[in-house]
Amino acid sequence: MYRYDEFDEAFVRERVAQFSDQVARRLAGDLDEEQFKPLRLQNGVYLQLHAYMLRIAVPYGTLSSRQMRKLAFIARNYDKGYGHFTTRQNLQFNWPALKDVPEILGHLADVEMHAIQTSGNCIRNVTADHFAGVAADEVADPRPYAEILRQWSTIHPEFLFLPRKFKIAVTGADADRAAVRFHDIGLQVKRNEAGELGFAVWIGGGMGRTPMVGYQIRDFLPEADLLAYSEAIVRIYNLYGRRDNKYKARLKILIHEGGAETIAAEIEQEFNEIRYGVLRLPDDEIRRIETYFAAPDYPTRASESVPFKRARLADPAFDRWVGNNVSPHRAPGHAIVTVSLKPIGGVPGNATADQMDAVADIAERFSADEIRVSHEQNLVLPHVALEDVKAVYDALAAAGLATGNAGLVTDIIACPGLDYCALATARSIPVAERISERFGNPERQQEIGPLKIKISGCINACGHHHAGHIGILGLDRKGEEFYQITLGGSGDETASIGEIVGRGFSTDEVVDAVQQIVDTYIVHRESSEESFLAAYRRLGPAPFKEALYGTA
Amino acid sequence: MSDAQAQLPIWKDGSFGADAWVAVSAETELPADPAPILVPLAEFLAEAGRYTARDGDIGVLVGAGEDVHPLVPYLGDLRLIALEFPKFADGRNYSTARLLRERFGYAGELRATGDVLIDQIPLMRRCGIVSFAVKHEPTRRALLAHHSVEVRHYYQPVQSDAEVPAGTRPWARLPAARLPAA
Ligand code: SF4
Repeated sequence: MYRYDEFDEAFVRERVAQFSDQVARRLAGDLDEEQFKPLRLQNGVYLQLHAYMLRIAVPYGTLSSRQMRKLAFIARNYDKGYGHFTTRQNLQFNWPALKDVPEILGHLADVEMHAIQTSGNCIRNVTADHFAGVAADEVADPRPYAEILRQWSTIHPEFLFLPRKFKIAVTGADADRAAVRFHDIGLQVKRNEAGELGFAVWIGGGMGRTPMVGYQIRDFLPEADLLAYSEAIVRIYNLYGRRDNKYKARLKILIHEGGAETIAAEIEQEFNEIRYGVLRLPDDEIRRIETYFAAPDYPTRASESVPFKRARLADPAFDRWVGNNVSPHRAPGHAIVTVSLKPIGGVPGNATADQMDAVADIAERFSADEIRVSHEQNLVLPHVALEDVKAVYDALAAAGLATGNAGLVTDIIACPGLDYCALATARSIPVAERISERFGNPERQQEIGPLKIKISGCINACGHHHAGHIGILGLDRKGEEFYQITLGGSGDETASIGEIVGRGFSTDEVVDAVQQIVDTYIVHRESSEESFLAAYRRLGPAPFKEALYGTA
Repeated sequence: MSDAQAQLPIWKDGSFGADAWVAVSAETELPADPAPILVPLAEFLAEAGRYTARDGDIGVLVGAGEDVHPLVPYLGDLRLIALEFPKFADGRNYSTARLLRERFGYAGELRATGDVLIDQIPLMRRCGIVSFAVKHEPTRRALLAHHSVEVRHYYQPVQSDAEVPAGTRPWARLPAARLPAA
């Protein structure tokens, strides 16, 4: 993991002091709310429906046990005993008092954490593949690059007042687990024919009111050019992005309206001006930062474990959990464990303080002290020996965290919606809870297979519904909530935007509608090997429309 | 507007001073030489000769979002470029400031005008702006009190004599010397 040196430590302490001063000046009336708002947003403080919300950065989703325990401590002492993991690998507290925020930031600084640029019209916390560094299919660990980008973008003096928010994601494998094609800048680490490291680059992806899959601007950007190229992109965006309408202010709209090739040419021209300047990355610095992310020393292990196999045979629930929540690891005899934060009928992404502590303890014992947050609102234990998987499962079960549904129909992403969010037009959490209950039976979920349901409580699409195999968007019609369903979206390397299937459904109807869609898929699939997404891509919307509305 | 604000609107080098620059436009008559004049960018470009023929300093006012590339041939003639921040949340002129300083080598005075607030001044400074037309009273008080709100560890380099590399980290920077706050 990255460790702060004296510079980073001094920086984060000064930042806490700066924000404390800003809060004091707000309370003294020297800053009005309009002036204070972007300052608090740049430090992760939102004003929500009922209270302030504090969004804490978990850079590229990597946490140590010590950091997780600190989050539990904050949940217990400053919130209502729980926190909410978000689709950008961050953690939100929904009930802190503004006056306590500086103190909370001080606690975070004690464990090398902060809330910087988790909101506001600036470059946001950089996200990465949650399996980074351990995935069997990875070319290189994307996190060193994410850390380099984190540093460069942190209080970047030129880019704190952009037209709108700006999101960067990095992955290191062909299988895209970081949704890079739905970011303002999406990077995939790769090697060129000469074996050199660099990036495929996408720009202008995003969700929101006008969802767009990113435009691939580079097939290969040399490693050394990472920061100069990023600075060129953000500078062009800062200068030319629209500022007259917040719904048309993202980079995707500039590219859409200005023409991808025209904007790409501007970026390339700007890049050529600064390419060999001070932002060029020295190789030894990249390698130095890489060493922070070196894998732990795994003891040599056989690639198979007899006790593990026996445990699977003996316990069907464990076996099912392994099938869904355990992924291949690059080191023989090891596994990546996904800790589902989607208990049947529960709030997606929520964890209690006790659960955070439990995960911290388990990670300390069995996962080299390391935890990841996934953009699908789950946690990940990245370094578990196969022999320990059963012990991890038992410990998770004791904490109510052994739901074996990763990637299945009840592994639902949902934004906070009308229960918390000031912008919401409908509730999303209760819909997620009801769908989860409807499909809660483990055998039934297994039969349905991989299926991503994503729910947003308004057009801003924080629940990524456009990228859901089944997407649900909560809207308001004359004071009544109703839900629009999209089908066929995907956030992976085959990125696509879901298509609206037809008229929306009331709160009472929406769960039945989802069930009808799932039933239709089961009837029409070629075999259980054909996933929902594959079947939808083959069949198109017609059979689903017919099932829902009775017309082809 | 307070008296001090009217008489001494410009913060520069640690104190407030008068604004000697006379705002002119295509319609106004030019003041007698050698009074320094401040001309909006478009009007300057449309009729540069009218202004450069005078015997007096010239400044140009650049609105947010205006392209400064056409101004490059004249940069040596300009003693002041004033960059407008119509709302503090409109960040376009941060980029323009860096382009003028770092790309085009503009060496004269770079000034921020408009909605200039204490929390943004350190950022503006890092982008090359050296003087500030400040209307906001709490900001004026804070500046006079040398109340610093800056994080003085920088995670990215800008081209500036005021900053030096921090240790061996290639893009970390520290202030070159303890300057007066803000
Ligand atoms: S999608 Fe809408 S309701 Fe949901 S969190 Fe985002 S802004 Fe709020």
